[in-house]
Amino acid sequence: MDLYQQLILDHSKRPQHAGLREPFEGEAHHVNTTCGDEVTVRVHVDGDEVKDVSYDAQGCSISVASASILAEEVIGFSVEESLSTYEAMRAMLTSKGQDPGDEEVIGDGVALAGVAKYPARVKCALLPWAAYTDALVRAGVDISTVGGQR
Amino acid sequence: MSSYDVQQVRADFPVLQREVRDKPLVYLDSGATSQKPASVIDAERTYYEQHNAAVHRGAHQLSEEATDAFEAAREKVATFVGARPEDIVFTKNATESINLVAYGLSNASAPGALDGVPSEVAERLRIGAGDEIVVTEMEHHANLVPWQELCRRTGATLRWFPVTDGGELDLSDLDTLVNERTKVVAFSHVSNVVGTINPVAPLVAAARRVGAITVLDACQSVPHLPVSVTELGVDFMAFSGHKMLGPTGVGVLWGRAELLAALPPFITGGSMIEQVFMDHTTYAAPPQRFEAGSPNVAQAVGLGAAVDYLSKLGMDAVREHDKVLVQAALDGLAKRPWVRVLGPTDVEKRCGAVAFVVDGVHPHDVGQILDDSGIAVRTGHHCAWPLHRALKVPASTRASFAAYSTVEEVEAFLTALDRVPEVFGVEVA
Ligand SMILES: Cc1ncc(COP(=O)(O)O)c(C=O)c1O
Repeated sequence: MDLYQQLILDHSKRPQHAGLREPFEGEAHHVNTTCGDEVTVRVHVDGDEVKDVSYDAQGCSISVASASILAEEVIGFSVEESLSTYEAMRAMLTSKGQDPGDEEVIGDGVALAGVAKYPARVKCALLPWAAYTDALVRAGVDISTVGGQR
Repeated sequence: MSSYDVQQVRADFPVLQREVRDKPLVYLDSGATSQKPASVIDAERTYYEQHNAAVHRGAHQLSEEATDAFEAAREKVATFVGARPEDIVFTKNATESINLVAYGLSNASAPGALDGVPSEVAERLRIGAGDEIVVTEMEHHANLVPWQELCRRTGATLRWFPVTDGGELDLSDLDTLVNERTKVVAFSHVSNVVGTINPVAPLVAAARRVGAITVLDACQSVPHLPVSVTELGVDFMAFSGHKMLGPTGVGVLWGRAELLAALPPFITGGSMIEQVFMDHTTYAAPPQRFEAGSPNVAQAVGLGAAVDYLSKLGMDAVREHDKVLVQAALDGLAKRPWVRVLGPTDVEKRCGAVAFVVDGVHPHDVGQILDDSGIAVRTGHHCAWPLHRALKVPASTRASFAAYSTVEEVEAFLTALDRVPEVFGVEVA
């Protein structure tokens, strides 16, 4: 089955940048109420740069791998770039399989493309990203430019 | 087992003939909702095609037929659980049944709500600060949150029986937990997660000693075991039609006659009144008092057909069949040391469902692998989050059964499960 790409399994077994670290300006805790997956994401922003994203993810391989990919793809980038990455991830994950994802933009995120065919799992993959944008808001970052953001 | 022909049973369930992901459907999620035999689907259709009309307003032939069909369903359900039809209330589901009791009890504390009710009954129904409501750590959220809310509204205190590591109720503090302050003891007959059959008798005895009202969540027992309210001795019992081969949208509350007679209504409006004036209203006797608005007639009729179906199979035979399935699942899982079964290991102590964890693999991933083989199970906390916390697991995978489930399906599930360690690289030794 195309859901569990080796890359996903690798990320879920050895999540990159895992753990909660100081300093941080914003923190958000999100729960997937249907299955109990939980993730806490902290962001450390300096000016326009995402200096660090740290997290504690308790959940399925998809949500943990997604948190790991999130950290890899946004640490060291500008806030704006990180939000474009989020948008690209979201577009791919909600495309019902139509959008294979652009490796240039979302890196290892393309390995999560298979998730789009399993509606119940899209939430798992988006969980850390939703927590990330929420943490940015709590850090006082204006993310209103992002399309579709609540 | 010779008399129980499960293949014949399966032939009655249209959905069991379909395929999922090009494989025959293996539906092991009956604990969430059961499938429906053709007789139930036909009963609803026939009701709509032949008799549909407003009930209890019988100025014409169809209305009389609709009323008869509705009331006949009530009689069937009553007989099925050893009750009188007057004491059977049709609701939307078990969740509403439990809320009906919880809101009835908080409404009982309103001024004048219990006028004319014998004082010893009124005393049992009035809940306030200093009183206690006892539940268990094993409850489905449907039998927990309404009691938390009742406590919040009345100032009563919520207490609960803990669960042992083996997934059974820990009754060692029974006599302190159920005391003279206790007004309600609410608990499930069978756990929807670990399948434990809880001991009703000691809980009822303890509640009776202090005059507390017992509320039994029978959602997971009525579909699998012979259940009789007179034998159980509880005061209220709630269950859902859709888990016992019946339609969605219909649930049942049974109540002891003298308590139902005194309990104020939960939902008010049409059909539940005796007399209405501009400034006040008097209420109909039960069960109508608790069936405000236009009722779910077609669904009740469908539930009547489900009860007929189960009665024809015989609940003793259904129970025996369930034991075979649970034993097959327990035996198969025991041969897989990488699987940890939750709940009792003795089939006599459980029914309906087998929940487990694979250490190192999240249940969501386990469920996904099984789904890929066309096997439907449930993963997550199954609306029993505190139970999972008590068992120190974040979530679990649950295979649950019904009268149409087969040992071959259990075997297909076990075979598909073997892909889990393969995919996720779990040590199988
Ligand atoms: C033990 C138990 N109680 C209550 C409920 C709630 O039933 P319903 O959702 O039909 O109201 C369920 C079903 O999920 C259950 O298994």
